[in-house]
Amino acid sequence: MLSAVYAILFYLAAVVFSVGLVYRIRLYAKTPAPLKIPTTPAPVTQAGVVARMAKEVVFFDSLFKSNKWTWLFGWVFHVSLLLVLLRHLRYFTEPVWSWVVLVQPFGLYAGFAMLGGLAALWGRRLVVERIRYISAPSDHLMLLLLIGIASSGLLMKFVAHTDIISLKAFVLGLIRFDWQPLPADPLLLTHLGLVLVLMFIFPFSKLLHAPGVFFSPTRNQVDNAREKRHLAPWAAALDTNRQEGKADG
Amino acid sequence: MADYKVPCIDKPLDIPALARGSMAHSAPFPAAPEHQQALGFPGELVDDWHDKAIDKFAELLGKSRALQVYMDSCVKCGACTDKCQYFLGSGDPKNMPVARQDLMRKVYRRHFTWAGKIVPWLVDAEDLTEEVLDDWYSYFHQCSQCRRCSVFCPYGIDTAEISMAAREIMDHIGKGQKYCNEILGKVHKIGNNLGLPEKALANTLEDLEEDIEEETGLEVKLPLNVKGADILLVTPSADFFAEPHVDGLIGYAKVFHQAGVSWTISSYASEAANFAMFIGSYEQMKLVAARIRKAAEDLGVKRIIFGECGHAWRVAYAFLNTLAGPFDFLDPDYPVPQHICELTWDLIEKGALTLDKSANDHMTLTFHDSCNVARATRMGEEPGGQFEIPRAIIKACCNNFVDMDADTIRESTFCCGGGGGLLTDDLMETRINGASPRMQALKEVVDDHGVTHMAAICAICKSQFAKIMPIYGFEMDSIVSVHQLVSNAIILDGQTSGQTSEAE
Repeated sequence: MLSAVYAILFYLAAVVFSVGLVYRIRLYAKTPAPLKIPTTPAPVTQAGVVARMAKEVVFFDSLFKSNKWTWLFGWVFHVSLLLVLLRHLRYFTEPVWSWVVLVQPFGLYAGFAMLGGLAALWGRRLVVERIRYISAPSDHLMLLLLIGIASSGLLMKFVAHTDIISLKAFVLGLIRFDWQPLPADPLLLTHLGLVLVLMFIFPFSKLLHAPGVFFSPTRNQVDNAREKRHLAPWAAALDTNRQEGKADG
Repeated sequence: MADYKVPCIDKPLDIPALARGSMAHSAPFPAAPEHQQALGFPGELVDDWHDKAIDKFAELLGKSRALQVYMDSCVKCGACTDKCQYFLGSGDPKNMPVARQDLMRKVYRRHFTWAGKIVPWLVDAEDLTEEVLDDWYSYFHQCSQCRRCSVFCPYGIDTAEISMAAREIMDHIGKGQKYCNEILGKVHKIGNNLGLPEKALANTLEDLEEDIEEETGLEVKLPLNVKGADILLVTPSADFFAEPHVDGLIGYAKVFHQAGVSWTISSYASEAANFAMFIGSYEQMKLVAARIRKAAEDLGVKRIIFGECGHAWRVAYAFLNTLAGPFDFLDPDYPVPQHICELTWDLIEKGALTLDKSANDHMTLTFHDSCNVARATRMGEEPGGQFEIPRAIIKACCNNFVDMDADTIRESTFCCGGGGGLLTDDLMETRINGASPRMQALKEVVDDHGVTHMAAICAICKSQFAKIMPIYGFEMDSIVSVHQLVSNAIILDGQTSGQTSEAE
């Protein structure tokens, strides 16, 4: 019964997560940017924009310029999260991919760094008056949710081991549509339950910053307004009154 | 005016403690019905303003990727919280960029997100009540759309885009701002922000020609409406009469004269400024930009050059091609448009100008990067040319130049405090607040390096500083135009007197 509930919830969450994200990304992609608004100095070539975005996404370049502490906590959290996620691929693959095996030791300790980063971010949100002022209940809860996921995971790994063989069988069963029983370990159920919540709210929350950053016109536009005419479809319609109002888009 | 608390600039500005609501009382004069209607907006607040506002909001979300993405993406990390000059000057937390954005975002959440519809208390979602609308009117007119916050945002969220959208929505429900909307009416009716008619403009230009002749003994022309001229100069109308702007205009005229190019000003498009950007109206911005295209076509020029004006250069550099292009009828060998600094620097690099730096020896200069030029445009071929070229010109014309603190210049420059449609006396307190970080950085180089003057390439910066600097204890005339320095230093062929009058 419990296994079935979790299985169904995971299917649902996967659908909500992916359909929600695809819908959002499509919305961003098809909403036109009527004007050239890159924050300058900006790259003058498309390759330059790729490099700018890479610096932004990999190193959090702008955040680094802004505030070294927030950058440190935020960057450590995100990089650790990435390592932890990669490590978790071992529960989804059989045999485990060899590079996932290589990531394993890093991923283990990244769990602590992730928790540390989250705790520091939350501390900052509570202690710094300006940031406390701008925080909604959901901003605190989001951090608590992630802290809950990280702590329950770490507890299972380092304190009270869960039946990892059965868990993997459950996960592979989900993927293969061949349901297997889920161990009724409270820590594991908590961990998975919180992950489910995260998947459900992802496409409807500020977690949309993940796809959003790639669509930010101030970051992803080429600085070439004088060389190449930029025109949104709805703005082109305003041009039709003028005879010579042709554009290359 | 004397009642306002002027921020102390004797020591580096601390991040202020929050002073909740301390600037809630600040709001610009509302636009009169005739100013609203002249732009096609309702004369006063419409009865069903709430629904109209939400409809307009939905429309803008569909038309602007920036608005849609920026409404969704903020994680409230706080990176921007100490970056806005209006927050640093006032301590009012709603002047923190994220909080200013959230005035709009909380309405977005309430009407356009599931969480905001189902559990508004959880995500700080709020309906657009009369109180919230008042906050919009107040705080979206305490943003100069300078984009400093967007430099530091990990997602590039640009408060300028959000405050433009908010003002656009307010205009469409009949809650416009007098200063911007009245001025836009003048541009449509008369051709410039100041309402300076053709005859007055012609007289002014003649007077300036006489002044230059008196100074140099040469007939340096400031041509008006000359058909077949090579270059159309579009410059902010403040250049025609205000100090120190007019000294800059004289500088352009001397550069054109020495370069031997034919140029003209147009009375039809006698204004570089495009205040429609401030109110976020694409349609208005297009109409105002179209005047420049028409003037270029009517006069049959080959090139368009813009004078010293910050937001005008943004509209020119980044938007003109979009709004009024393509400019395939102009000379393809030159970018359209060009900045006067690009022209002057080209000539200096070619050795075409004789400059006597000692003519500016009575000054030690620093340079204020104007926000729109710094963060929304470029000059020359290389990214960052907008920082290097004006400095290169100043250094070619002056012996004494010192930059201000690195955190306050180039892409991190502060707004003068008067940009984005705030350059009006009814927002004086906000302007004083906004100027404080710049005034503090200036004070440092004045104390440590004996700086006497600050140069700028923006009409709004110049007007704002001329008014605000005395309040902070600086001389009113310590703000100068970059081309004023060129004008002082340039030695024209056949000139009778070697030095400008100002040097004596």
